[in-house]
Amino acid sequence: MVTSKKGSALTLVMHASVLFLVILWTIPTAGLFISSIRDKDQLSVSGWWTALATSEQRLVERALDPTHQQFEDGRWVIKGNLLPESDGEIVRFGVSSLEPEAYAVGELVDRKDKQIQVFANGDYTISSDQEMSGRRGDRIFFTAEIPPRFTLDNYREVLSSEGLGQSFINSLTVTIPATIIPILIAAFAAYALAWMKFPGRALLIAGVVGLLVVPLQMSLIPLLKTYNLVGEFFGVGSKTYVGIWLAHTGFGLPLAVYLLRNYIAGLPGEIIESARVDGASDFDIFRKIILPLSFPALASFAIFQFLWVWNDLLVAMVFLGNNEEHLVLTGRLRELLGSRGGNWEILTASAFITIIVPLCVFFGLQRYLVRGLLAGSVK
Amino acid sequence: MGQLASALVTMILGVLACAAYFYGSNALLDWLFPGKNRPAEQIARNLRIANRIRPWLFVGPAVLVLTFYLFYPVIDSFILSFHGRTGEEFVGLANYQWLFGSDEFYESFRNNMLWLIVVPTAATFFGLVIASMTDRIWWGNIAKSLIFMPMAISFIGASVIWKFIYDYRSGDDPQIGLLNALVVFFGGEPQAWITIPFWNNFFLMVILVWIQTGFAMVILSAALRGIPDETIEAAVLDGANGVQIFFKIMVPQIWGTIAVVWTTITILVLKVFDIVLAMTNGQWGTQVLANQMFDWMFRGGGDFGRGAVIAIVIMVLVVPIMVWNIKRANAEMEGR
Amino acid sequence: MADLKLTNVKKVYANQVEVMRDINLDIKKGEFIVFVGPSGCGKSTLLRMISGLEEISGGTLEIDGQVVNDIPPSLRGIAMVFQSYALYPHMTVYDNMAFSLQIAKVEKGEIDKQVRRAAEMLQLTPYLDRLPKALSGGQRQRVAIGRAIVRRPKVFLFDEPLSNLDAALRVATRMEIANLKESMPDSTMIYVTHDQVEAMTLADRIVLLSAGNIEQVGSPLELYERPQNVFVAKFIGSPAMNILPCTILAPGAQTRIALANGHQVSVPIDVPAADQGKAGFFGVRPEHLLLAQAEDEVLLEGEVSFVESLGEATLLYVQVPGVEDMVIAKQTGTLAIHKGEHVRLCAQPEKLHLFNEQEHAYRQ
Repeated sequence: MVTSKKGSALTLVMHASVLFLVILWTIPTAGLFISSIRDKDQLSVSGWWTALATSEQRLVERALDPTHQQFEDGRWVIKGNLLPESDGEIVRFGVSSLEPEAYAVGELVDRKDKQIQVFANGDYTISSDQEMSGRRGDRIFFTAEIPPRFTLDNYREVLSSEGLGQSFINSLTVTIPATIIPILIAAFAAYALAWMKFPGRALLIAGVVGLLVVPLQMSLIPLLKTYNLVGEFFGVGSKTYVGIWLAHTGFGLPLAVYLLRNYIAGLPGEIIESARVDGASDFDIFRKIILPLSFPALASFAIFQFLWVWNDLLVAMVFLGNNEEHLVLTGRLRELLGSRGGNWEILTASAFITIIVPLCVFFGLQRYLVRGLLAGSVK
Repeated sequence: MGQLASALVTMILGVLACAAYFYGSNALLDWLFPGKNRPAEQIARNLRIANRIRPWLFVGPAVLVLTFYLFYPVIDSFILSFHGRTGEEFVGLANYQWLFGSDEFYESFRNNMLWLIVVPTAATFFGLVIASMTDRIWWGNIAKSLIFMPMAISFIGASVIWKFIYDYRSGDDPQIGLLNALVVFFGGEPQAWITIPFWNNFFLMVILVWIQTGFAMVILSAALRGIPDETIEAAVLDGANGVQIFFKIMVPQIWGTIAVVWTTITILVLKVFDIVLAMTNGQWGTQVLANQMFDWMFRGGGDFGRGAVIAIVIMVLVVPIMVWNIKRANAEMEGR
Repeated sequence: MADLKLTNVKKVYANQVEVMRDINLDIKKGEFIVFVGPSGCGKSTLLRMISGLEEISGGTLEIDGQVVNDIPPSLRGIAMVFQSYALYPHMTVYDNMAFSLQIAKVEKGEIDKQVRRAAEMLQLTPYLDRLPKALSGGQRQRVAIGRAIVRRPKVFLFDEPLSNLDAALRVATRMEIANLKESMPDSTMIYVTHDQVEAMTLADRIVLLSAGNIEQVGSPLELYERPQNVFVAKFIGSPAMNILPCTILAPGAQTRIALANGHQVSVPIDVPAADQGKAGFFGVRPEHLLLAQAEDEVLLEGEVSFVESLGEATLLYVQVPGVEDMVIAKQTGTLAIHKGEHVRLCAQPEKLHLFNEQEHAYRQ
């Protein structure tokens, strides 16, 4: 479009500012992800942006206790390693908390009647002329260069012991039917509102547009009341999967009908008339012509509804409750936020598990999502 | 896994029941009023009747569900707002008196107004700026995709993400929250951001702006691309510079879309609940109407009357947008 | 295969706007009828009423003697080819053509036979497995026709089927449709167009409509040679007939009239004596106005204000003194006449037209 010579400087500024904004927008999520795969000890003492740097840590470990001593070459010896499962490097060590960096690696240190030696790779030997006694091993203080450590341990932990695995299944159980049922109901209604003539049609369309913005909050209390009654009547309790599926269906329906009606009304009328001349009934037309041609709109709405139901917290809390076996991912995350507020290794991994499915859907089907957004609001 | 299997079965049954209803009701109608192999007058009469009934078979389930889940509750909420905590005894205007006499309400209302002003403005502004810039660079689509991404993240997930950024460690411990780390890096004092009254509201709003900017950007970007190139070329020939073209030629042409984006975000803001619940649960002066309502629904066994009255306030705030929407939709249909 | 009869057919929309008024029309079996008229004249509405897509507000429509006002489209024995072709975009050519038979639950072998027969007729056999989007405009057009053929309808309805094709293809497809008609002499075809060339070349009879009324029904040459009113006279033929206001001086077998500039002309058309002294309209087609050789045959004269050379013909726009509108004369070949020249024009008397005050033709 508009190009000029002085444009190059301007273009550079534009590239820079977009880059800046992109970084600003992605960094929070990136931070969460990086933190979730860091070792939990490192996570709590250093920011995630240092994750790739080697960190110098002052650590203390207890050597193996005297039951591990062996008799070698006329001396009693305890051998072990201070840095198991790590390729860190020890730079200095000490034997008392007052002087944690007193000695260089390799130095032979006399401590009481023992000799202690620590090597860079973490190996240590403690030797003595007499058999060693005592219940506990000696404390060894050391400063080590620990390389970055990435692990899936956090995920393993939250999936098993924090109940996220169960919640993941609950979320799927809620989301899939709550996505498909409204599509079916809405598609039929949308076809009728777009192509069939009947009294009250304009009023219904206006009604749908009006309900589009009714806040969820209006429905909560009356529905909770009704659900309690119905649950009592059938003796099943008010918090059921069927209940939440229908609730999500109800709340998603205005958008579904609106979106699909707009799309279906935009299909070429001659195709529908042609089918009518060919002898197709309204039901045939819907099934054989409208449904296949509306696929993009159906996909758009499906993605919306999927994201909305998966990410919903309010409806799940009200209509499914907070008990352990029904908790969906968002509810679980909120609970962890309360009970494990400071344990970032748990929170970050849990949060990432809750957002991974919507992120995959988002990046995989972005095209349909954008199309749906545009159909839903721009006119 | 057993649960998932049973969910699958239930789901398939539900969908089949749905399909069976539509298929069956149509077949029944065709059987009752056959449109073939009959004398002409009978066919004509049958078809007239069937065509009068059939639309209702199609819209019936949707109308039922909408009535039960949205329309009836609006009316019932209104009625409940005049009743006591269990929703049974009539208390007149007592709930309204309580509401307008409580400090918590004024705090929520003030905060909601702040949210209403700041979030739609900021999200629309950033959306417009980013949309106009990304349309002119070759990697614009990647940039848009990344900025759009938070749309897919739940409010609660976003809250965890940002709580991590606002994390605060006292004393000399290294800050692991990005914001405090930056403050310390530039020589400042670390703060417990979400506990600082008044300003903490803005730290919460940032989260919603972060989520909604992508939405504004996608829609405004499409609107900007829809502007006829000729008008811009004409402006160039008329000697307008880039900034003038943007504000005097492009923005006025997408004014309608900006309004749509603005109202959509406004409605979302009125319903904002998860973020406040997760970040502060309304403490330190951050309460908002939706969270307050949720609170009253369950506080001490739940007070339906007071909860309903807060819902009514949210509804009243939405009504102007609703009326505007319906008017716009009607105008559009007449234009068809 | 079918006679079609429209008696006092009316169309009134919900807002009380009457778009079709008392249409009476008899269509014989095997006829090719073209509805032609300017846009908004109701020709498509009339076609859609025949098809059953539009309700008939009053009067009756009979096909083969049976009143079909309330019979749904699919049971009327009609097939329709739409302006946009209306092919089902998600179905192959084969499925597009088979759709109506599948809906009617025709047995598979029979469907296959019909589809292949139609495809053969329209040279579509190699494309049966393609989707419509992989076809050219002309091919899509043929699929739309094929879809109509497989139903073996009594009446074919065409709604401006050529308007989406480019000029060259339009001529080719026009000829194909003419051939198609020839190969199915028993099928009645009703064809809607706004293009008079299509109407003239295809029709057995033309129905010329304007503002919801039938202006004239007749063979193409009838409409050209004996237009019943000024509207028909101006609509058929290009450029349009020159219509000049006149006064009737002496009615009779040879009627004498005076043009606005006082010039008197004798026309061999019988005018009732009662119309003496009344106003009327005198018409002559541009292609019938020739350059006069002799003084005594001059019909009109004036200054050439504009010349359009088309190669095969030359159009002269002549300003006749005392006449408001420019008179157009169409001469074959190229002429060395320039703007500003004075020309004298003549015409054979039997090519002249005369209309009364109400714009109706005197010659029936």
